[in-house]
Amino acid sequence: MMSKALALIVFFAGFQSFAEKVAIDGSSTVFPITEGIAEEFQNANKGIQVTVGISGTGGGFKKFCRGETDVQNASRPITESEIKACQEKGIRYLELPVAYDAIAIVVNPANKFLSEITTEELKKIWEPSAKGTVTKWNQVNNKWPAEEFKLYGAGSDSGTFDYFTEAIVGKSKSSRGDYSASEDDNTLVMGISKEKNALGYIPLHYYMENQKKLKAVAVVYKGKSQKPDLEAVKSGAYAPLSRPLFIYVSDQSLGKKHVEKFVTFYLKNAIKMAEEVNYIALPKIAMDMTQEHFQSKKWGTVFKGHAEVGMKVEDLMKKEKQ
Amino acid sequence: MNLSTNSLGSSVKFRHFLSFIFKILSLLGLLLGLIVLLVLIGDLIRRGGDRLSIDFFTNFASRKADRAGILAAWVGTLWVMLITAVLTIVVGVSAAIYLEEYAPKNRATRLIELNILNLAAMPSILYGLLALGLFVHQMKLGSSLLTAGMTLSLLVLPVVIVASREALRSLPFTLKEASYALGATQFQTLVYHQIPAALSGIMTGVILALSRAIGETAPLITIGALTYIAFLPQSLMDSFTVLPIQLFNWLSRPQEEFHANAAAAGLVLLFLTFLLNGVAILIRIKARKNIKW
Repeated sequence: MMSKALALIVFFAGFQSFAEKVAIDGSSTVFPITEGIAEEFQNANKGIQVTVGISGTGGGFKKFCRGETDVQNASRPITESEIKACQEKGIRYLELPVAYDAIAIVVNPANKFLSEITTEELKKIWEPSAKGTVTKWNQVNNKWPAEEFKLYGAGSDSGTFDYFTEAIVGKSKSSRGDYSASEDDNTLVMGISKEKNALGYIPLHYYMENQKKLKAVAVVYKGKSQKPDLEAVKSGAYAPLSRPLFIYVSDQSLGKKHVEKFVTFYLKNAIKMAEEVNYIALPKIAMDMTQEHFQSKKWGTVFKGHAEVGMKVEDLMKKEKQ
Repeated sequence: MNLSTNSLGSSVKFRHFLSFIFKILSLLGLLLGLIVLLVLIGDLIRRGGDRLSIDFFTNFASRKADRAGILAAWVGTLWVMLITAVLTIVVGVSAAIYLEEYAPKNRATRLIELNILNLAAMPSILYGLLALGLFVHQMKLGSSLLTAGMTLSLLVLPVVIVASREALRSLPFTLKEASYALGATQFQTLVYHQIPAALSGIMTGVILALSRAIGETAPLITIGALTYIAFLPQSLMDSFTVLPIQLFNWLSRPQEEFHANAAAAGLVLLFLTFLLNGVAILIRIKARKNIKW
């Protein structure tokens, strides 16, 4: 009651803005692509105000499911509790894959013994029960030295954290807590590049921009060892740590002409923009499927609240179609 | 005391020596502060100096570092400062006047005074959390210019209240007595004599408070202002960005070129702070000249 009265007062005070707006929030990983698209879109459409926030995938979904934003940047699919939150507010949404990203396992360049690591070894290091007990390299693999390692990883509001834990530990958000966590990937890069015994995980493009300061470790999954690079991510060979990036658009917002215009513009330019900002673009065939998905307005998610590990967007979109 | 002339002489020498040492230490303290400031400015100029061009001020933020500018950020900063200043002066000075001139001197008043002093020491991010709950969600103002102005105003109010009270209190009591003696009411005394006489002190407090607010980042990020903005606000309800937030955003990018932009934006922010402090000094000089007792 109180809040409504106050909102009314502000409204009648004449503070209401009448500009056409597209409000976007969410993942810092998807941000560079969306920011680039927003820049070009506003150059082409003067007068439409596009804002792109960085609240993390989790923080963004909270706003999205309250109806405060039109478009949500997500570096993982929507989770069960978020599906529920949206349902309660009657918000339906389109789930549109727009690019790929991968998580790179990186160490200090001075580290000579680690050139590949299995997903099992990663799990041994990162699972919650490792907290305080697994602290030395040789506890993970007896060929490694008996020195203490220092861990660096994404903070818990980030989609990178959710995806990494899901892919490695097996359960989203399930991780040891005694490591240097930051939502700011630059902080992680700095930390790992200064600490000889560091091990960390960061979004692939942060490794790409800092190849002199960091060394990427190949990941062994189902017996196959693979270094992270653009080709391996595109072909699906860099499993399980590559992932699709999404935007979610709410049905109410799509009813607004300028939001629909923005999303159309986004999908048309997503491949070009992803390449420009050093991300991994969807193959054209997958992008066509995203387009089709957008045209046919199929609401909801195909993930049932879980990220599917190591899935290619083409396969994913086939699933969306059914 | 049984001092021979000799020991008195050496003791005097020693005391002079002590006072000389003290003078040197004070000077060193001052120099240290100045040197740190100079090194900081020099470092910023080295990193970002050649990014400062007219384009840098007239371009919006961009994904391309050499095309990115601070138009939305410096306009946003001016807007937010204006809103903060208006709110802070109106509310802060009123509160100070009430506390100093009207409030009964009892336990409740003392409790309020004590808490205002405490508030001045609260970490700024707590004000951000308060604003997120109250302004953004309860009052549904969103992360708008108005929200930002109100948040920063809350943050600096304690400083302004305390400074304004000090300014009012330091006036000679005879000023009030003279005014009353001539038949003026308390209100007339305040408006025509006390406030004009205390104005230089009040304005100094306000501007010092504003130069703290201008660099604040944490509470604004908390209300959701960490945003890519490429337009100028047209109303109080529009989204915005400010210089510290633009700086923070550029620093968190992997590309080195953006860090140069951040340094350049830092220089602009420093310059704005110097400007504000300059204005404070000018106002003080002018206000002093206008007092004719």
